[in-house]
Amino acid sequence: MIVAIAVLGGLALIFGLLLGYAGVRFKVEGDPVVDQIDALLPQQQCGKCGYPGCRPYAEGIVKGEADINQCSPGGKVGMLALAALLDREPKPLSSEHGVEQAQMLAEIDELNCIGCTLCIQACPVDAILGAPKHMHTVIAQECTGCELCVAPCPVDCIKMVPIPEAVKTWKWPYPGVQSTPEYSPCDN
Amino acid sequence: MTRLWDFHGGVKPDEHKTLSCEKPIAPAKLPPFLVLPFLQHIGESSAPIVQVGDKVLKGQIVAHCRGEDCSLLMSVPIHASSSGTVVAIEPRPVPHPSGLTAQCVVIETDGEEKWAERTALVDYSALAPEVVRNHIAKAGIVGLGGAGFPSHIKLKPEGIDTLIINGAECEPYITCDDRLMRTHPDDIIVGAQIIKHVLGGAKRCVIAVEDNKPAAYQALLDAAQEWVEVIQVPSHYPMGGERQLIQVLTGKEVGRAQFPPSIGIVVHNVETARAVYRAVQQGQPLVSRVVTITGEGVERPQNIEVLLGTPMHFVIDQCGRKPGIERLIMGGPMMGFALPHDDMPVIKTTNCLIVSGADEIETPHLAMPCIRCGACADVCPINLLPQQLYWYAKAKNFQKAQDYHLFDCIDCGCCAYVCPSHIPLVSYYRYAKAEIRASERERQKADIARQRHKFHTFRLERDKKERVARVKKQKAVVEKDKLAAIRAAVERVKAKKVKSEASSDE
Repeated sequence: MIVAIAVLGGLALIFGLLLGYAGVRFKVEGDPVVDQIDALLPQQQCGKCGYPGCRPYAEGIVKGEADINQCSPGGKVGMLALAALLDREPKPLSSEHGVEQAQMLAEIDELNCIGCTLCIQACPVDAILGAPKHMHTVIAQECTGCELCVAPCPVDCIKMVPIPEAVKTWKWPYPGVQSTPEYSPCDN
Repeated sequence: MTRLWDFHGGVKPDEHKTLSCEKPIAPAKLPPFLVLPFLQHIGESSAPIVQVGDKVLKGQIVAHCRGEDCSLLMSVPIHASSSGTVVAIEPRPVPHPSGLTAQCVVIETDGEEKWAERTALVDYSALAPEVVRNHIAKAGIVGLGGAGFPSHIKLKPEGIDTLIINGAECEPYITCDDRLMRTHPDDIIVGAQIIKHVLGGAKRCVIAVEDNKPAAYQALLDAAQEWVEVIQVPSHYPMGGERQLIQVLTGKEVGRAQFPPSIGIVVHNVETARAVYRAVQQGQPLVSRVVTITGEGVERPQNIEVLLGTPMHFVIDQCGRKPGIERLIMGGPMMGFALPHDDMPVIKTTNCLIVSGADEIETPHLAMPCIRCGACADVCPINLLPQQLYWYAKAKNFQKAQDYHLFDCIDCGCCAYVCPSHIPLVSYYRYAKAEIRASERERQKADIARQRHKFHTFRLERDKKERVARVKKQKAVVEKDKLAAIRAAVERVKAKKVKSEASSDE
């Protein structure tokens, strides 16, 4: 009886120590689910979901405060990816958090820019270049199209333009749609 | 007789090669304007180093690769293909399935064809392979078989034991390699020798020619030396595919996500070999190439040595344009693509222009439902399951399509060729590949945005902290100054007092 208690007690102690050690040794920093959700979000940092950025929204989803259909830049594809990751029922994008549209690009009308730096402060990814009382410009490559710079501009000189199509980013269309325009000889 | 192997599937389409293969290669005519796109190859585009108004000589670099040493990059310089003046650097339509514009240098030719200084490495065998390789990279040479892969990347001497010079030319209509092998077999052999030297001396060197080109085969046999084998391979599309040719000649299969050099084999096109010969022996960079102009839409289908950047309508006119051109295809009928018009330049990857007349084009068949006959799987040279890929691409289930190895597909078009339902299978694969690549690009962009946002928040916090620290420091300085001022005042008063006491004592 005593031997049995001693043996079981000893085993419990050993495994307890082992588990305790493993808990310290393999501790996971932060919530990995947040990282996984964050990796699926489009990182525009636009705040249309009601959170101040993509990561806070991811945290909101994990806490159960936010739903998976609040990210309009991610669109339906993004929502489906979130639904698949979290094993939830897909649902249509909520209309109060913006509408799904192709990514745009901010463009500053440089003739009218007064150099107030308000847009620079608003840009979440530091994609606007300029200095006080000097013309500002958007680094097109880094712009995420979040539209956060549009509202602060006191002279309304920022507008969102569609991203120009380039040879490198062109995609083959879905078959059945006319892929190339009809051959039309030029007058050379 | 050398033993040959076979690859799975493949088709034997009508060749239509006799249209253009009987006439000798016509020399280039000089167009009034040359349009040179910055991107004529697979990889990074080059950057212009000339300005509008500059005089350029033939063979002078107009756009350099983005970096000091081209041989390290997936990029090659672009050379002026004739002498003249740079009149514009602007977006122009480029030969691409999209028909979009891209940045080009436009040169107005002066008709003098004056060469820039040419440096040849006549005694290349005495030089280190790296020196010759750098020379080839600087000459702007890319794979001239149609893909445009920068050649110097495939010239790294990393345990290569077999060099294959690809003269298979399996696509219907195209005859530029055929004519080149008949006309300049010696150049090709010397080019192969140079490539062999750069690769550190491959043990085996093979020139493969399809058996539908007996004249080219004979010409190469006559020119060949004992170190090179000239081998006839069966005419069987897609024999000219890199992996298929390797399999037929060596019996080895190049694995998925592997490149031929990993199994000690390098394949170069015959015209690339000739370009290497010209660059090393004559000091000529890549400024022209042989292009097949064929089809019922021209009066004299033939091969022409065309200066790069020559507008397509200029070359078509040279062959006698017939009225009523219905379609213009760049590349072959199996893997090429239709162009919306002919105001585009001939670039390094333009091996063939098919100018189709009205009778030549079949009325496009309506795609019927898939009847699951499996003919596509029988002809797939990669042993894929085209039918499964089709279902998944059609349903936009890209993950599943990738699981079925969509990216191993070489777009050869055999499946669509045999499909009894006339389903444009390759269009579905191209669509799916493009979508997957686009989402990959978006993912990368998102990663960069995440990092930048992270740094943005970090920067704001750092600035805030610094500001607080600065204010604190200033406050402390002010406090210190204040105390010092009070102390000084006290001292002053004290001193005054002492002084006044002293004076009252007097």
